[in-house]
Amino acid sequence: MSGRRAQSVALNLALAGGALLTLAPLLWMVSASFMPAGQTNTLPPRLLPDPAVTDHYRALFARLHLARAFANSTAIALTATAFSVLINGMAGFAFAKLRFAGRDRIFRLLLIGLVIPVQVGMLPLFLLFKSLGLANTLAGVVIPSCATIFGIFMVRQYALGIPDEMLDAARIDGASETRIFLSIAVPQLKPILVTLAVFTFLSTWNDFLWPLVILSDDAKYTLPVALASLSGEHVQDTELMMAGAVLTVIPVLVMFVILQRHYVRGLLAGGIKG
Amino acid sequence: MRGEGRAGWGFAAPALFLIVTCFFLPVAGGLLLSLTDFDIYAIASPDAARFVGLTNYERLVADPVFRKALFNTLYFVVVGGPLSVAVSLAAALLLASKLARFPGLYRSIYFAPVVTTLVAVAVVWRYLYHPRYGLLNLALGAVGLGPIDWLGDPRWAMPGIILLAVWKNFGYNMLILIAGLQRIPEELYEAAALDGAGWWARFRHVTLPGLGPMLLFVSVLTMLGNFQLFAEPYVMTQGGPLRSTTTLVMLMYEEGFRWWRMGHAASIACLLFVIMLAGTLLQLRLQRESR
Repeated sequence: MSGRRAQSVALNLALAGGALLTLAPLLWMVSASFMPAGQTNTLPPRLLPDPAVTDHYRALFARLHLARAFANSTAIALTATAFSVLINGMAGFAFAKLRFAGRDRIFRLLLIGLVIPVQVGMLPLFLLFKSLGLANTLAGVVIPSCATIFGIFMVRQYALGIPDEMLDAARIDGASETRIFLSIAVPQLKPILVTLAVFTFLSTWNDFLWPLVILSDDAKYTLPVALASLSGEHVQDTELMMAGAVLTVIPVLVMFVILQRHYVRGLLAGGIKG
Repeated sequence: MRGEGRAGWGFAAPALFLIVTCFFLPVAGGLLLSLTDFDIYAIASPDAARFVGLTNYERLVADPVFRKALFNTLYFVVVGGPLSVAVSLAAALLLASKLARFPGLYRSIYFAPVVTTLVAVAVVWRYLYHPRYGLLNLALGAVGLGPIDWLGDPRWAMPGIILLAVWKNFGYNMLILIAGLQRIPEELYEAAALDGAGWWARFRHVTLPGLGPMLLFVSVLTMLGNFQLFAEPYVMTQGGPLRSTTTLVMLMYEEGFRWWRMGHAASIACLLFVIMLAGTLLQLRLQRESR
């Protein structure tokens, strides 16, 4: 039995050590963001701020317009999430439960799209959006995230589980398809729609390449784009940059902690059934 | 059922319209664009662009910067991918063990980096890699190693980026692999133990085959993601030093959106697609042969 006990201690020590290594960069980020300017560049190194100051957060909001980027990111992520749930939700339900001409062939074509990297279409999409006047607008960032193949796929897999009898019974009672979708499908699909919402919010909040391409005016920048641009100008201001990183990361981390159940479910749905 | 058919199209139409206009048409456009000399003059008047056949591709193959970017991308894929999957598997094995306390808590902690914003954590890691004051070199110094000029030395810049990517991503695969481990029947382990199989033998002959398809899925997914490396070098090294971290997507971004050589940039994107496809087929074949 003592062998097993030693094994258990070793295993739990490994887990704790791993957790410390995983959290260390994030903990240091938070700690350094409260240090007075220059304190990260002292030897011996300090792990905790002395004294703790909020100067950098104030500077980010007052001088460096990070509040504006925060507002842009929030607006983009929330709008994309709302549209994504509505548009992918309707399409996912249709592909699972409504018999329409060409449905299965179209669905197979969509799945082929999953293996094509977005970069192939990125240059023409930029030219298209530019000609439509969508370059350098928040709408230009949001629109491509409103419908995704993965989102449709996720909802469809879940919607396959809705019994046909339920829908047919409503049809016999004379309910319209829109009514059936709203009053029968949506309540059944609610868990996967919440998952889709969390997914879309996190991915649009964190997205970098497309916003970087489509936004040229720094008043329109999202947080990641603003942060990347700031980090070029303020390379030496470690503590300031850490405060910027905290502001960018904290909303998604908080959201993850609260909604992680939903996030994990979606990830496994994509992973196992796919 | 006519109403149902019409409703089906109606419900799918907004999504299909968006996906076709924002994805499939641009992809087709990207293939065409790669056959032209579309540049900054053509942005003002598209008529200025000419069809040039495969010239862009011929130029790429001969271009030392492209070859360097291809090498760097493959380096990241071939070293970073397996390393990331190995760390994910190790974490999954630890967490799935019955001896683990608080597995739910550890699972959340290990997963946290996955949801963080890549640009923000790349900024953080840039300072962790500081040659003099960075935590990593201080830790290495405490055990008598280093110092390493992580992001300033062409030999160490890519390993530095790989380390960040492993930290950022291992939780994702870990979660999928835990689900896979839980589906391996307990009896298989018991039978192996009765046969006198040790830890390693059980891992090789029960765990790995049991995870088979899921391990392949995770490897392919990781590989596809790794081929698109961009934000980490963009934020941490700007592709340097000496182009040692310039990747294909980064080169595409520079060519297309900094110098507006869009025909040239499109050919980089198309080649990336071909390479990713080849990589996926290669992995599927290796997996089949190993069985």
